[in-house]
Amino acid sequence: MSGPPLVAIRDLSLEIAGEMRVVDRFELTIHPGEMIGIVGESGSGKTLAARSIMRLAPPAVRRVSGSIAFEGRELTTLPLPALQALRGSRIGMVFQEPMTSLNPSMMLGAQLEEGLKLHRKPDEGARRAAILDMLRKVGMEDPQAVLKAYPHQFSGGMRQRMMLASVMLLQPALLIADEPTTALDALVQREVLALMVDLTRANGTAVLMISHDLAMVARYTDRILVMAQGRIVEAGKTGDLLAHPRQAYTSSLLGAMPRRLPAGDVGNGAPVIEVRNLVVDYPGRQRLLKRDAGKRALEDVSLAVRPGEVVAVVGGSGSGKTTLGRAIAGMLRPARGEILYKGKPVVRRGDAWRDYRFNCQMVFQDPYSSLDPRMTIEAIIGESLRLNCGSGRSERREQVHEMLRDVGLSGLGARYPHELSGGQRQRVAIARAVIRRPAFVIADEPVSALDVTVRAQVLELLAALQRRYQFSCLFISHDLGVVEQIANRVLVMQNGRIVEQGERDAIFDNPRHPYTRLLLSAIPTLEATEQGGVRLKWRYDQSTGTDADAGPGDSGPERRPAGVPLKQGS
Amino acid sequence: MRWTSPGALLGAILVALVLAAALTGAVWTPYDPLQIDFAARFAPPGARHLLGADAFGRDVLSRLMAGASTSVMISLLTVTLATGLGSGLGLLTGYVRGWTDRTIMAFINALLAFPGILLALGLLAVIGANKYGIVAALSIAYTPVVTRMVRGVVLSLREREFVEASRIMGNSPIHTMLVHVLPNCVAPITVLATSMFGWVILAESALSFLGLGVPPPAPTWGNMLAAARPYLGQAAWLGIFPGLCISLTLLGINLLGDAVRDRLDPRMRGLS
Repeated sequence: MSGPPLVAIRDLSLEIAGEMRVVDRFELTIHPGEMIGIVGESGSGKTLAARSIMRLAPPAVRRVSGSIAFEGRELTTLPLPALQALRGSRIGMVFQEPMTSLNPSMMLGAQLEEGLKLHRKPDEGARRAAILDMLRKVGMEDPQAVLKAYPHQFSGGMRQRMMLASVMLLQPALLIADEPTTALDALVQREVLALMVDLTRANGTAVLMISHDLAMVARYTDRILVMAQGRIVEAGKTGDLLAHPRQAYTSSLLGAMPRRLPAGDVGNGAPVIEVRNLVVDYPGRQRLLKRDAGKRALEDVSLAVRPGEVVAVVGGSGSGKTTLGRAIAGMLRPARGEILYKGKPVVRRGDAWRDYRFNCQMVFQDPYSSLDPRMTIEAIIGESLRLNCGSGRSERREQVHEMLRDVGLSGLGARYPHELSGGQRQRVAIARAVIRRPAFVIADEPVSALDVTVRAQVLELLAALQRRYQFSCLFISHDLGVVEQIANRVLVMQNGRIVEQGERDAIFDNPRHPYTRLLLSAIPTLEATEQGGVRLKWRYDQSTGTDADAGPGDSGPERRPAGVPLKQGS
Repeated sequence: MRWTSPGALLGAILVALVLAAALTGAVWTPYDPLQIDFAARFAPPGARHLLGADAFGRDVLSRLMAGASTSVMISLLTVTLATGLGSGLGLLTGYVRGWTDRTIMAFINALLAFPGILLALGLLAVIGANKYGIVAALSIAYTPVVTRMVRGVVLSLREREFVEASRIMGNSPIHTMLVHVLPNCVAPITVLATSMFGWVILAESALSFLGLGVPPPAPTWGNMLAAARPYLGQAAWLGIFPGLCISLTLLGINLLGDAVRDRLDPRMRGLS
């Protein structure tokens, strides 16, 4: 690249409370229009490093050394008012959590207008025209109506588009995107990122994308920085870095990407769980005299899970996959249809219900809310045995300790959930479900909230326990990559229906339904290189472009044709 | 318990002092708190009457000590009853929902529509103005506040996955409520209960002021404060000392309440 750099960060070191070095000698150069990714696990300092450009790191964080130049101006010594003039106007930021990054009590039109009013000061008509134009670009069908709408009326993906719109309205020279799509499902993630790339490229905005997901970052960026414990471990052109990683840490990140493993053998036993023609309705809101029309969440769903089999249910948010899991777990009552456990219909009373409760366990998505904050780990896992009559206190203790060993948490039994990391908590949740030796475990997005490397470890643990104790498992996920690694069989759901099902390899290699292909387009296939790295390939990328690709009047950037190796540098 | 903060220590000392005064006052006071002595009328604080004497020459210190037991008992009983009943109802309505919720909440909201003091006045007129009447009336008046708050907390807790996990485990609703939901409401309940302590002492004095409190001549901090009002110009100590007692007690209870709340929260452990 030629010309002066847009951002030049030299020797940046940050410390917390004067003792812990959270960012160590960070260096970064961004040229205008470039797309750069920072990849690292939580706590690697990637967010702090990026935020310090805008001086938005938390107050406890102090800069020990280093300079940050933006368009030739030194930002570290810039007075606050001058810096504020740059924020939003020249440097935009998109946050991780679309549910909280928009003001819920402000109409979207006013929210979009805020930045324009502050930085650009055009007259009202021009502001309005710019906003409507931008809303069309981010794929809003009725921009006029959006102006008067509130954030809660939109899904997470839509909100993140709105966030993008509000940032890109000001046509900044640099966009910092901090885990911009981590809270979204794989499909929406892809749509929003494609949109982000389109918008920034059309405007010549440089992007600094921060994520724990190497595959996602690799798809869109020119260069990647890998960070760990505050240091840059490795940096380079995206394709090169993936193809031949020089550092062991980068290799381990690549190794953590989900890949297909040989499927275990499943016997031909009678199904443990069978669902027949299940229909679930969510009731409408109770009004004064009548009830609003409800919403059908599941329509005529049938499936069977054989002993020792891992059946994955995949689909985007709103496809009904979580509802299916909750219905099978007995958390809600189906409107019609049957759930059979070992050939007998599940009834909600007596010993049969008790037996079912013991044999059907669940692992939840969010390890931060699925453990009682006021109980120790031991108590949480031990509670599962409380209703197991016939085992004494000391015996139960022994069982809990054994379970803790199984999930790799020996010696942490006396801790409370807040003292554990996300991955450790999810291990606790798994232990709690498995300690009863259930016949059937429903895992609802068990690794979606975790970093990629931790995700791989937890997934491995779940698979190992599943093999050892031979429970059947209904594995619910939006992430096909994860599913590819663990499932024997896959069901694809869309709008409350199963649209395709089959053996894992058949689904992944020969998907028949367009929705399955769409889902597959969100994950890469990995191809090992001789240098110990991988090349990513994206399937069905072009054939199934969605409405998110570009707004009308936007020609859109060039797309990589399907099956062509990722970017060869630029 | 290990007291880590000076605030908690101060709170504990203040509360201990009040309890000691209340206990002592129940069996021994320097003078008979009801003994009228016109010779000592408006006697200023001094050697004979440490905290002075009131319009009837009654010893203020003795009356404060005797009043402590009454005031503290009324407050303690009321706060216990109101938080107990309110938490129970809040837990039930928030967790069970449905018709139970709607019926109980309709009643609670109707109670809330009356100002607490007005409600207590009406109830006292029926029950009769004595210690237990006041406790009953104020408990009923303050229960709805607790119910509303606890219900709100429970409504958000029941959506948390650990509550769902408890259900899936096969635990009974009662077990889930008591073991997983209630303990997680303790922090807001503690905060509310400690501030309610203050409201009750003030409400009791307001009732005394309106003539429906603990009937004279029996002393309470509230009615002593109320009785001091006409003489504040000439004998300020009549108002200052009961007022000081009330303020310091509230301060102590609030500090102690915060400490108890932090102590019960595992997340606060290990922090200084």
